[in-house]
Amino acid sequence: MSTSRIVNGVEVATHYKDDTHQYLSNKEGIWLFMATEILMFGGLFIGYIIYHTMYPEMFAEGAKYLDWKLGFVNTLVLIFSSFTMALGIYFNQKNQPKKAVMALGATVLCGAIFMVIKYFEYTHKFHLGIYPGQMLNLEMVKPVHQNLGLYFGFYFCMSGLHGLHVLIGMCLITWVMIRNIRGDFHSNYYTPIEGVGIFWHIIDLIWIFLFPLLYLVG
Amino acid sequence: MGTHHSTHNHGAAHSSDSAHHVTPFNVYVKVAVALFALTFLTVAAHSIREHLQPFSALIAFSIATVKAYLVVAFFMHLKYETNMNRAIFISGFLFLALLFILTTLDIYTRITQNSVL
Amino acid sequence: MSHAVAGKNYLNESSGLWSWLTTLDHKRIGIMYFVSVMFFFLIGGIMALLLRLELFSSNAQEGISFLSSLPNVIKGDANPADLYNRIMTYHGAIMVFMVIVPGIPAILGNFFLPLQIGAKDVAFPRLNLLSWYCLMAGAIMAFATLFLNKVDTGWTFYTPYSIRTGASVVLMVLAVFIMGMSSILTGLNFIVTVHKLRCPGMTMYRIPLFVWALYSTAIIQVLATPILAITLLLLAMERVFGIGIFDPKLGGDPVLFQHFFWFYSHPAVYIMILPAMGVISELMTTFTKKTIFGYTAIAYSSLGIAAVSFFVWGHHLFVSGQSEVAGIVFSFLTMLVGVPTAIKMFNWLATMYRGSIEFTAPMLYALGFLFLFAIGGVTGIMLAVVPVDVHFHDTYFVVAHFHYVMVGGTLMSIMGGFYYWFPKMFGKMYNMTMAIWSWVFIFIGFNVTFFPQFILGAKGMPRRYFDYIPEYEQLNRISTIGSWLIATGFVIGLIAMIRAITKGEKAPDNPWGGKTLEWTTSTPPPHDNFTNEPTVTAGPYEYK
Repeated sequence: MSTSRIVNGVEVATHYKDDTHQYLSNKEGIWLFMATEILMFGGLFIGYIIYHTMYPEMFAEGAKYLDWKLGFVNTLVLIFSSFTMALGIYFNQKNQPKKAVMALGATVLCGAIFMVIKYFEYTHKFHLGIYPGQMLNLEMVKPVHQNLGLYFGFYFCMSGLHGLHVLIGMCLITWVMIRNIRGDFHSNYYTPIEGVGIFWHIIDLIWIFLFPLLYLVG
Repeated sequence: MGTHHSTHNHGAAHSSDSAHHVTPFNVYVKVAVALFALTFLTVAAHSIREHLQPFSALIAFSIATVKAYLVVAFFMHLKYETNMNRAIFISGFLFLALLFILTTLDIYTRITQNSVL
Repeated sequence: MSHAVAGKNYLNESSGLWSWLTTLDHKRIGIMYFVSVMFFFLIGGIMALLLRLELFSSNAQEGISFLSSLPNVIKGDANPADLYNRIMTYHGAIMVFMVIVPGIPAILGNFFLPLQIGAKDVAFPRLNLLSWYCLMAGAIMAFATLFLNKVDTGWTFYTPYSIRTGASVVLMVLAVFIMGMSSILTGLNFIVTVHKLRCPGMTMYRIPLFVWALYSTAIIQVLATPILAITLLLLAMERVFGIGIFDPKLGGDPVLFQHFFWFYSHPAVYIMILPAMGVISELMTTFTKKTIFGYTAIAYSSLGIAAVSFFVWGHHLFVSGQSEVAGIVFSFLTMLVGVPTAIKMFNWLATMYRGSIEFTAPMLYALGFLFLFAIGGVTGIMLAVVPVDVHFHDTYFVVAHFHYVMVGGTLMSIMGGFYYWFPKMFGKMYNMTMAIWSWVFIFIGFNVTFFPQFILGAKGMPRRYFDYIPEYEQLNRISTIGSWLIATGFVIGLIAMIRAITKGEKAPDNPWGGKTLEWTTSTPPPHDNFTNEPTVTAGPYEYK
C-alpha cells in the first residue's frame, strides 16, 4: 500500500487500523530482527566456547595480550551509552525533543569513545605482530602455542563484528537524531528511535558477555 | 505516499497511551547505577580470581547475566512488553542453546572415541 | 479508502517499469518474484540438462566427454571433471537459494497471504520490496562469479576444500548471505502479518492451511537463516584472514563447519517443503469439494515439522567424523519428523475419500505430490538409519531422495499452485489440455530421470562425479532421457502460460469454487484487495 493517513498525530499506513495497531506491529518486527542478531552473534560465541574447551592453555596465552582495564572502561562507556539511549526515548515520550537530542548525541559520543579505545587496542596488537589466524607474525610474537592465531582469529572476528555494529549503530542514532531535530517525533510517535535503541542495547548486551569472555576468563 | 508531514505536535491526542509505557527517569538511573556497580564487582572478582577457582568463570558470567537481565528488562523495556515479544527474544537464545548442546555432544563424544579433535 | 473501479486492478492501476520497481503492492512483488524465480529456474534447469548430458556416457570406455566438446568460449581451459564440478555447484546453489527457498513463500505467499487473511497488504510493504532487491542483488553477485573464478565446491561449500580452492568463494558466499537476508525479511514480514493483520472474525483456527504453512515456514526462516549468515561470514574470514576456525592447519575443525552449515540447511529443506504442503491442502479441499480432513492436526503438524526440523541436522554428518553417540541421537530425532509428515499425508487421503474429485491440472499436481513425496519421504527415513546411510551417503540414492522430495514435492506443488491461482493472478484462463500434457511429461519424465538413480545409488554409484564405471551406463542413459522429458513438459507449460497471459480467455472470479477469501475478490484483484474489509464467521473450507 502506498497511501497513509494521520491518526492521533501519526502517519499510519492504510493496512493498519490505527497508530497503536501500527506501533505494536512495528515493535514485533523489531524484536524479530533482534532475535536474528542474537542468533548470528551467538554462533560466534558457540565457536569460541568450543575451541576454548579444546585448547585452554592456548586461549590463556592469547588472553594475556588483552588489557582488561581497557575492556573495563569500554564496558562502562557502553553501559552509560545504553542509559543515554534509553533517555533519548524517554524525553520524546515526555515531548521534550531538545533533551532527547542531547541524550542521543551523548550516545553517539560514547560510541565514538568506544571505537577510539578499540582503535588503540587493535593498533597496539598490530604493533606487536598480532593479526588474526594465519596472519599472526610467529617470528615477532614467538608464542608457546603455534596455533595462537586461532585465538586471535576469534578475538578479531568477535570484537570486529561487534565494532562494526557499533559503527552502524552510531550512524542509525545520528539519523534519528537528525529526524528528532527536524521535529518528526512526539509522545505518540518515536518508533524509529525505539528500534534503533533496541539495536543499540543488543550491542551493549553482546559486549556485556564479550568483556568477561575475552578479557577476564581468557 | 501520504504527504502530510507531522511536525511539532504537543497537542496530539493521547488515546493510544496504553501502548506507550513510560519508564520513570529514576528507574533508569537506578538501573544504570546497578550496572556500573556490577561491572566493578566483575573486575573485583577478577582480581581475586585465584581465590575463587574453580568458580571464577561461573561468577563472571553470572554477574554478566544479571547485567544482561537489567539491560533487557528495563532499557529494552522487555518487562513491559507483550508475551509474544518476550517469546520471540528468548527463542533466539533457546535455538542457540540447541546448536550448542548437540554440537558439543558430538565433539565431546568424539573424544571418548579417541579421535584427535 | 479506494473503491473498486470497473476494470481497474492491481495490474493496470499504474503502468511503466518504474511503477513496478518501486511498488509496495504485495501482489506486484509476488509477480516480480514469479518472473525472476522462473528465470533462475531456467538457468538452473539448463545446468541440470548439461550435467545429465555429461553423464549420458561412461567416458572411460568411450573416451568422449560431452562437456569437453563444448566450445572453448564456454568451458575455457577447464578439463571435464572441473567443468562438471562447477556446473554441479551452480545447479545446486541456484536451485536451492534462488528457486526453491524463495519459491512458494515469495511468489504465492506474497500474493495470497494477505488475501487469504482478509488484509490489505503485508505488515511491512517496504521491507517486502527490499526482500526482492536483496534476492536480485545476491543473484547478480552469484552470477558474477561465473565470469570470475567459477565456484566448484558444491552448494554446500564444505571445508577445507572451500578454503583452499582458487574459486570466487568469498563473492559467492556473500551473495548467499544477501539472499539469506531476503529470506529472513520475508519470514519476519509474514509472522507479523499473520499475528496482526487478520480480518475480524479470523481467529488462528480459521486461517487457511496455506497460511499455517507459511507461518511455520516463516518461523524457520527467522530462526535458522542467521546461523547460515555467520557460517558464511566465518568462511569468508577463513579465506581472507585464515582465522583457523574450520582449518585443521590451525587446529580448527572442518566438521564444525558442517554442524553450523547444516543447522541452517536442514531446516532450510523444511522451508522448501512446508509451504508446498500448504498448497496441497488448498488443492485437496478445493478439487474434492470437501472440507479438509483434520484441519487442526494439519495445522499443528506444520508447527511440529518446523520444530523437529531444528533437531536433526547431524544426519548429514553421519560419515563425516561425527561421533557414534551423536549419530545415534540424530538418527532417532530424524525419524520423528516422519510422524507429523505422515499425519498430513493421511489427512489428505482422507479428504479425498468420498470427495467429488475433479482431475484438473492443479489436482493432478497434487496427486503427483502425494505419490512422489511419499517415495521421497520414505527414502529419507531409510537414510536416517545410520548403517544404511553409511552405504548410501554420497551415492545417487541420496540424490534421488532429495530430488523426489524437492522436485517431486515442492516443484509439483509450485506448479499445482500456479495452475490453481493463475486465473486469479492474471485474470486469464489457460488451456487445460496443454497444462495436463505438461504435467504428463513432467510426471513421467521425473520418474524416468530419478527412479533409476535409487538403483544406481544402491549399486554404489557416487554422486558429484563427472564419470562412472561402465556397468552404470544403461541406467544413466535412461535417467538422461528422462531429463529431456521433464524439459519438454516445462516447455509445454511455459507456452501454455504465455499464451494464456497474452490471449487467454478472461477468467471468472472463482473458476474452481474455492472457499477461501482470495476467491471473493474480483479477478485480478484490485489494488487494495477488498472494497470492504471482510468479516469471517466460519472456518476456511466450508463445503456442503
